[in-house]
Amino acid sequence: MQDIESLVLNYLPIVIFLVIAVAISVGFLLMSTLLAPNNPDSEKLSAYECGFEAFDDARMKFDVRFYLVAILFIIFDLEVAFLFPWIFRFLKGTSSLSGR
Amino acid sequence: MPLIAFYILGAIVALSAVLVVAARNPVHSVLWLICAFFTSAGLLVLIGAEFLAMLLVVVYVGAVAVLFLFVVMMLDVDFVELKQGFQNYVVSGAAIALILFAEIGVIAASIGPGSNATMDPSPGADTNAEAIGAVLYTDYLLLFQLAGLILLIAMIGAIVLTLRGRPRAKRQNIAEQTGRKRKDAVELRDVRPGEGV
Amino acid sequence: METLIQWGGGVWGGIGLAVLQIAAFLLVLLLGIAFLLWMDRKVLAAVMMRKGPNVVGPFGLLQSFADFLKFVLKEIVIPAGANKTVFLLAPILSTTLALVTWAVIPVAPGWVISDLNVGILYIFAISSLGVYGIIMGGWASNSKYPFLGGLRSAAQMVSYEVSIGFVIVTVLLLVGSMNLTDIVNAQAGGFWNWHAFLLTPEKLPLFPVMFAMFVIFFVSALAETNRPPFDLPEAESELVAGYQVEYSSTPFLLLFLGEQVAITLMCALATILFFGGWHAPFPVPIAADLPAWLTSLGSFAIFVVKVVFFFFIFALVRALVPRYRYDQLMRLGWKIFLPTSLVAVIVVSAYVVFLQPGMEA
Repeated sequence: MQDIESLVLNYLPIVIFLVIAVAISVGFLLMSTLLAPNNPDSEKLSAYECGFEAFDDARMKFDVRFYLVAILFIIFDLEVAFLFPWIFRFLKGTSSLSGR
Repeated sequence: MPLIAFYILGAIVALSAVLVVAARNPVHSVLWLICAFFTSAGLLVLIGAEFLAMLLVVVYVGAVAVLFLFVVMMLDVDFVELKQGFQNYVVSGAAIALILFAEIGVIAASIGPGSNATMDPSPGADTNAEAIGAVLYTDYLLLFQLAGLILLIAMIGAIVLTLRGRPRAKRQNIAEQTGRKRKDAVELRDVRPGEGV
Repeated sequence: METLIQWGGGVWGGIGLAVLQIAAFLLVLLLGIAFLLWMDRKVLAAVMMRKGPNVVGPFGLLQSFADFLKFVLKEIVIPAGANKTVFLLAPILSTTLALVTWAVIPVAPGWVISDLNVGILYIFAISSLGVYGIIMGGWASNSKYPFLGGLRSAAQMVSYEVSIGFVIVTVLLLVGSMNLTDIVNAQAGGFWNWHAFLLTPEKLPLFPVMFAMFVIFFVSALAETNRPPFDLPEAESELVAGYQVEYSSTPFLLLFLGEQVAITLMCALATILFFGGWHAPFPVPIAADLPAWLTSLGSFAIFVVKVVFFFFIFALVRALVPRYRYDQLMRLGWKIFLPTSLVAVIVVSAYVVFLQPGMEA
């Protein structure tokens, strides 16, 4: 077994990576806010609807089958997740079987 | 060093859990919930259970929270109205919180102090995943199958509830489309001028 | 990381070295993506018998940098009805998550930022979060096209992720480890050991199954990254530009960059899982006195060539294949890819454990 200390240490570069990646994306945003002009008007800020005024609120109800897709996804995702430990058990199980 | 990391992560988890309840906008609540899940995965990594940490991200952040976000964003529920009777639930909510807290206390007391140091995240195996596989698919096989059955029922239930054959819906039969021959579709007629087909 | 700490002479020195290493890695990655974008446009142009970008720099090579400058100098427009925090959080999230996934990709022997035991699971977990940037962006814009685009793309990404999960399981059954370096090293020796072309005598019966898995992985990768022919979230004839309609300037750049980084990641993942990572297609005799960094550099070059090859195929597919219809897309994902990959998991596991010669002894 790998000792926990070195295992956790493996994740330190990922945290550093995360910080740098956030810094890059926020940096891009800041660059634009500093360098770009900013003169909004009400037409510019209205929602795009092919030139029409927005008819009604954009957040509407939609087909329940989108939820169904999400629910099915959860179930199959769980299945994949449970297959991961199964792989190692299955591959190992036979090596002990063949030893009998 | 791990202790400092634990306190930082723990503080973030606690803070975002509070914000889940306190946030005015329900979408912000879900985002804080995601933050709490993600940081809990970090806590699991700290005790060496990296497989469980990844599973938490895959299942809770990647799947369950997506469904939550779907529901909250798209269902168009008026949450201001829902929050009107918030005060009525304070007593029962506090009671549930107390019970949960007491349960955690009981568990912590039964484990006892100091056992953290001797804890092994992957007993009898090289990795966390192997250790879980070794017990889940042998000792707890029956329970695992039962859980699977419950999920299957949930899946069938969800499909049955949402599937309604709309009589006017047009469906595409791909086998029929690709199986169509020229002679089924095209007919050559000799049409004389002045007469119909 | 431990070696870094040793070299740096302490934790903080190690962290400093790690920062330098990661910054160098990201620099190479982002520069590479700038040129890959140029290649993407050149391929599309060549298929359409156009010249493509050819003004900025020789052969238009610097086009991406000019685009970058232009993005940075444009005004950030945040729609009046938008939820400002979520609107700006979405692009940051999508770029950050796409970049962070690269932390575990081994590009040459030992050249990896963090060699996790559960590397492939880490990639699976983080890349499944990419959907957040799109849903959040689509919702926060408070406009109809982005909303519909975000909805579509969420359902689409979620559907194909399941098949990708099962394909990964078949590969893991052949390797027996979740570590990406182990997965690459299991394919050493020659192209007949690569998981896409298993032509060794003991694994030959698995060749058709694994090749099908490779195809499913590739097509699912197209769908997962919203690339044509599955670019329904931004189908311009129906939804204008999908979830990106209201985005401008650097927020748009970040969404776009996140998408491109995710595409390149999928190319790298296809290389690692199915095309032998940094291993050459034929056994190369390496002189023993060659310095280690030189062989690593050679391996890195092979890895890059494979990734660029996959990106080229991505670009070709974009130019050649017409867009799918949404119900056909869902049908392909749920009714064809999912059952096929499920059956493949059973076939591969049965073969590896019970039938493969040399395993039963």
